Amino acid sequence: MNAVLSSTRVEHSTAEPLLSIQKVEKRFAKRAVLCGISLDVASGEFLTILGESGSGKTTLLRLIAGFEQLDAGEIWMGRERLDEIPAYRRQVNTVFQSYAIFPHLSVFENVAYGLKAKNAPRNEIPERVTQALAMVKMSEFTQSAPSRLSGGQQQRVALARALVNRPRVLLLDEPLSALDANLRRQMQIELKSLQREVGITFIFVTHDQEEAMALSDRIALLRSGRLEQVAEPREIYGHPRTAYVAQFIGQTNLLRAEVHDGVATAGAIAWPSAGPSGPALFSLRPEAIRLASAAPANPTGATANFHGHIRNQTFGGAMDLLEIDCGNSQAIRARVSSPGTLSGQQKFEFNAADAVRVQEGSET
Amino acid sequence: MYSRTYKAGVTIPPLLWVTAFLLVPYAILFCYSFWSVSSLQVVVHNWNLQNYAQLFRNPLYLTVLLRSIRIAGAVTLLALLLGYPLAYYLSFHAAKRKDLLYQLVIIPLWASYLVRGYAWKTILGSDGVLNGFLQYLHITHRPVEFFLYSPFAVILTLTHIYTPFTFLPIYASLEHVPRNLVEASHDLGASPFSTFLRVILPLSLPGILAGATFAFVLTLGDFLAPLLVGGPSGIMISNIVVSLFGAAYNWPLGAAISFFMLLLVVTLLSITERIEKRFTIS
Repeated sequence: MNAVLSSTRVEHSTAEPLLSIQKVEKRFAKRAVLCGISLDVASGEFLTILGESGSGKTTLLRLIAGFEQLDAGEIWMGRERLDEIPAYRRQVNTVFQSYAIFPHLSVFENVAYGLKAKNAPRNEIPERVTQALAMVKMSEFTQSAPSRLSGGQQQRVALARALVNRPRVLLLDEPLSALDANLRRQMQIELKSLQREVGITFIFVTHDQEEAMALSDRIALLRSGRLEQVAEPREIYGHPRTAYVAQFIGQTNLLRAEVHDGVATAGAIAWPSAGPSGPALFSLRPEAIRLASAAPANPTGATANFHGHIRNQTFGGAMDLLEIDCGNSQAIRARVSSPGTLSGQQKFEFNAADAVRVQEGSET
Repeated sequence: MYSRTYKAGVTIPPLLWVTAFLLVPYAILFCYSFWSVSSLQVVVHNWNLQNYAQLFRNPLYLTVLLRSIRIAGAVTLLALLLGYPLAYYLSFHAAKRKDLLYQLVIIPLWASYLVRGYAWKTILGSDGVLNGFLQYLHITHRPVEFFLYSPFAVILTLTHIYTPFTFLPIYASLEHVPRNLVEASHDLGASPFSTFLRVILPLSLPGILAGATFAFVLTLGDFLAPLLVGGPSGIMISNIVVSLFGAAYNWPLGAAISFFMLLLVVTLLSITERIEKRFTIS
């Protein structure tokens, strides 16, 4: 297991990280907001910092942008110590949650602001601004006043205003949270393709785990100022490190089990488990459970099955959500492809490998 | 929504008040400005434009009018130069001291105008605090007469009195500058100074205009400060109006000057209001 981990780590470190956050700590008054955050971001990566409100994700972003001073630790960009230079000298741009469009300047002037501030050649400015506005499909609003734009349009201007400077890292602070659901999905898709197009490293802050999974190359899950897990979306979903991660990302059943001689037992359910003996916590995704009758005759790998009473069935279109009472203290939730109305006792099964052993998670 | 009686109840009393104490007196004053005074010191109702003509023909009035405008301009400039940095510091950098400093700026407003005027008289006079101090330090050997009874004394006194009036609207407008715009400016590579010029200053312009208008208009109409510390060389236009209505007993000329001043101020207010509107962002 360790050998596998270290080999992947070597793979990651072949290219020097673009941004390196090392043991960063931040306190507000006496409250610790970030406690020893270390995180490397590769060039061209789409990294999402995911966490609940108050987890410190925005603070981490503000430290990288330079709006806050860190209390301990270092932030490096390449060979440059980023945390020691003022915000206006960092090759980092931010898309603010509230857009922060200058209300007294036109859309064009807003986008040109950074170029003028950095004394870009005068004759280049109009062309670069036009390009940036075209990229976010805002060409027709070049001369508009920001007050005439909708939230989504302001968002696009904010994006163009940041990208026009060709930053090495683009920081996005919950940029989509103020948009309605449809626009939000559309912007997610555009944002992702835009990131591929420009090849700039994106650090994206959100509290929305679905958004994080849809967009990111990697997700860094932050909890109370500590990194709970940093991994690719599939990895973090399929192999959550802790119970908190399992519950925060997607839905899950947490099974408190006793492992003995390669068999884990949680109440009426038992399945083969290779891990060390003793009490253990397992995460079993609802969609990993299926009706035994619908299962293929010869499933690969070890399977486990159990009987349970259907307590509740919620119709969900393609997939129904079942609440199954199998004698344990908590009901098991299963997501099965529309089985028709079920009732009474049913037999369920799941692949033993889908029951993922997780750590309790530090409560500090 | 509201009943007719309620609407009438809240609109009629103020309307009556404004009519009785503002519109009617102004109308009377307006009529007076076209009348004249006979040799027997009686106001006669022969309609003419002589009073307005005299305002521009008599060098005394013109000199005092121009001086008043100059003094008002100087006070406005000084009040802005003092008020803006103070408001900026309070709004952006004072942190915990903010409330205390704000109170300190406001406190002088609680003292009567007269008291503040007399205080400057005591400070600037030949036996005053300032002269005593300078002589004690052997910087001067005789009292400096120039301090008191001069346009300088008027400007100093009025700057002291009207700076809080300039400070307040500027402070309010600075408080309304969204802080994330300042961060966005830094983020885009603008230095703090450049951010001030390109974001903070333009966004606080409505406050600057409001503050400048306060200082200018209030100074232009002031007559107590010149009376207390101005002396003959510090006389302002309102002092002339006062004397025309008093000792000189020429109400028609006084009314004409008053009306001209009123017109000046109203024009100024409408101009600044229009500029303010252009720069105020919803």
